[in-house]
Amino acid sequence: MNSLESNKVQTYGAAAVSGGKNSGCLTITFSWNRFMSSGLHLVFVSGQAPSLPPPRTVKSALDDRMMRRFQSSELCPIYPEVEDSNTKRYQIFGWLSCWTKQNTWFQILPNLGAGGGNDIQWCFSQVKGAVDDDVAEADIISTVEFNHSGELLATGDKGGRVVIFQQEQENKTQSHSRGEYNVYSTFQSHEPEFDYLKSLEIEEKINKIRWLPQKNAAQFLLSTNDKTIKLWKISERDKRPEGYNLKEEDGRYRDPTTVTTLRVPVFRPMDLMVEASPRRIFANAHTYHINSISINSDYETYLSADDLRINLWHLEITDRSFNIVDIKPANMEELTEVITAAEFHPNSCNTFVYSSSKGTIRLCDMRASALCDRHSKLFEEPEDPSNRSFFSEIISSISDVKFSHSGRYMMTRDYLSVKIWDLNMENRPVETYQVHEYLRSKLCSLYENDCIFDKFECCWNGSDSIVMTGSYNNFFRMFDRNTKRDITLEASRENNKPRTVLKPRKVCASGKRKKDEISVDSLDFNKKILHTAWHPKENIIAVATTNNLYIFQDKMN
Amino acid sequence: MLRGRRRMECTLDAQSLISISLRKIHSSRTQRGGIKLHKNLLVSYVLRNARQLYLSERYAELYRRQQHYPDGAPLLAMPACPPPPAASAAAPPELAALPLPPDTQDREARSCSAVRGGAELLEVPVCAAPPELQRAPCRDSSPAFYRASSAGPGPGSPPGLLYAAGCDFGAPHCSSRTTVLDLDTHVVTTVENGYLHQDCCSQCPCCCQPAPGLASPPPAPGTKRKYYPGQEEEEGVEEGEPGGGGVAGGPPFAPCTKRARFEEYSAEHPQDSSNISNLISIFGSGFTGLVSRQQADSEQPLNGQLCSKQALASLGAWTRAIVAF
Repeated sequence: MNSLESNKVQTYGAAAVSGGKNSGCLTITFSWNRFMSSGLHLVFVSGQAPSLPPPRTVKSALDDRMMRRFQSSELCPIYPEVEDSNTKRYQIFGWLSCWTKQNTWFQILPNLGAGGGNDIQWCFSQVKGAVDDDVAEADIISTVEFNHSGELLATGDKGGRVVIFQQEQENKTQSHSRGEYNVYSTFQSHEPEFDYLKSLEIEEKINKIRWLPQKNAAQFLLSTNDKTIKLWKISERDKRPEGYNLKEEDGRYRDPTTVTTLRVPVFRPMDLMVEASPRRIFANAHTYHINSISINSDYETYLSADDLRINLWHLEITDRSFNIVDIKPANMEELTEVITAAEFHPNSCNTFVYSSSKGTIRLCDMRASALCDRHSKLFEEPEDPSNRSFFSEIISSISDVKFSHSGRYMMTRDYLSVKIWDLNMENRPVETYQVHEYLRSKLCSLYENDCIFDKFECCWNGSDSIVMTGSYNNFFRMFDRNTKRDITLEASRENNKPRTVLKPRKVCASGKRKKDEISVDSLDFNKKILHTAWHPKENIIAVATTNNLYIFQDKMN
Repeated sequence: MLRGRRRMECTLDAQSLISISLRKIHSSRTQRGGIKLHKNLLVSYVLRNARQLYLSERYAELYRRQQHYPDGAPLLAMPACPPPPAASAAAPPELAALPLPPDTQDREARSCSAVRGGAELLEVPVCAAPPELQRAPCRDSSPAFYRASSAGPGPGSPPGLLYAAGCDFGAPHCSSRTTVLDLDTHVVTTVENGYLHQDCCSQCPCCCQPAPGLASPPPAPGTKRKYYPGQEEEEGVEEGEPGGGGVAGGPPFAPCTKRARFEEYSAEHPQDSSNISNLISIFGSGFTGLVSRQQADSEQPLNGQLCSKQALASLGAWTRAIVAF
């Protein structure tokens, strides 16, 4: 048996153990996800070795209660918490083991994912967009999305344009940084429209972009504004035919009578040209404003959600869509909530979730019925009555919902926090992270200046160990689910040379402001980061400020 | 947009919140892309919360009043005020009623409950009025006036008195009926304020079951409203278009309710939006303007000439009512 004494720091397997006799706390860090999927037990014992009572099996590794207990540090009182910041010293004994029928052993599994063990150091890589402070309305970035390989990064703006960046292929000489992202294609996806019947102008702002997985040489993405979804094909052309018989190279037609010999046209290389063409236009299916689109894991269908309805489409069929969720009440006066976001499960092609303005998430199974008005699961956390205010309904409205890559968890973002839900547990989230709790006392002002209606998005990293979301003053936050550490960084052009490590920022809520801290009252609420994206495989993040796109990478040694 | 840098705190005054919310609803009409259902739903929640707070404050006031004036006295407080502000008096509920004229096809013609929620603030005390009005027929000529005056969110004495007068004592919230006199046709109509009870329930456990709903059918949109034809022509509807909102003064309103047809509204009544916008802006500035105007208007005589659009739109009527008390 391996044991850990309080004044030693040891690492089990690849789990990280930090702390020691002077730090007053011992932390064992490991990847819960891997642990859970391995079917092993976990045993913690503390006290003075060796006269301990026999180790107590906390619970089966597959038991939700155990997971929750660990993450909320609710271990059995006889066995103090793994992470304890009291000044007392704890000895934590851990036995490495593997699962047997007698359930006597346990194992701590390696820690996966960036951020675990060694923290990532984020460095500035690039910034795209205009430098001047005068922001043109049309340049405001409204969505950011990496494609499935991470090679392409698409942004949509309020002017209806889509700009796609492509990562340079890494070359041997630049081994210390990953490829840069350069403009690959720019096209106007949507134009402003006018609905004459309703006397309504339809904004051209791109609300969401979603990539399709690549099936051939071309790339496909779906982009949507308030009313219309378009499927765009982005293809490269690097050859062109030359040697036509009836046409000159400049396009003029030759007189057939002057043709004396025939030749076969051949393809000759040309400068790379990237063309974007709309292949499908899915229109006239939404009365209200579309807020989400999500491509199914079957890669044939996708859903689009507006305030009150969700429609299911087939990518090939544009003249028909199926309504699968309709929460419009018979009497609009009875309307109490709207749909704010929807997403398909990454692995189950029959499952999707949608979030509401009341802070609930409903999981629906399309196999249950044609119209999924009745949810299969309802995720809702009871409101904390002590936090009740005029604005409780606003700040509990969910602005974004994202499944983890594994499909086991989903993350929701409301105004002040990020919550991670286990799909198996409906009554409360398994993790809650406060993004900017210091704003809770400022809600009235934020209501006046409309900032309380800002819809922040959130994203997972590739291994589902870190989540990221934006805040004000061009700050964005990352929460490491394993180490429970969080960091606040700023996207700004100042002091940002390539490979400069970003300095963590801190907001001082009240009281004395320490050096380098920013007080809440000096935050710039015009500078907000609503859209962020994480490369699916690497530690590269794209963060959109109002009209600039920042790309950060981790420091590679 | 952002003024926040210089001032991060703001007063959580129910009235200012209501006026801010109404301004938001109003400005959302003119925004590109049409009315955003989600945002307006959230704003309506704020309105409802602010209204509940306001109501509970008023009821607290009422209880205090009842201790001092167990009976009769309030009657004395009702001056022989001439009718005029009758039109304006109905303005608040009107205003409330109008923000979202409903679908012409739909006869329900409901208004934005949330906005009405704000107006309800004003209507609440009014429901106390009807029994009172019936008892004092000579006052019937200006029930709306009393409505307005009682609705005045001023320092509170008049409303309190009216409350005491009108209601069944002991129940600060009012009876479920509002009686309204149509000044043109002299038709007296009773409107069930079922919603009011639902709201009251949150404050006062003694309230009874909410009344079902409108005692009389809500007027169809586009038609003259029976209740306040005067207002429709005079106030708010600057183009003189009647029935712009087509909402009765007191259709029932579920507390948890919300949006009436934003999308239809915006589609079908483009010309209404200017009417509504006037009303809303007036209404929105109502509370904040009230106090400041009190002094300015106090010397104006109470007379019917005030039924001009602007005067009606202004809170002069309310301030005068308060002054009268």
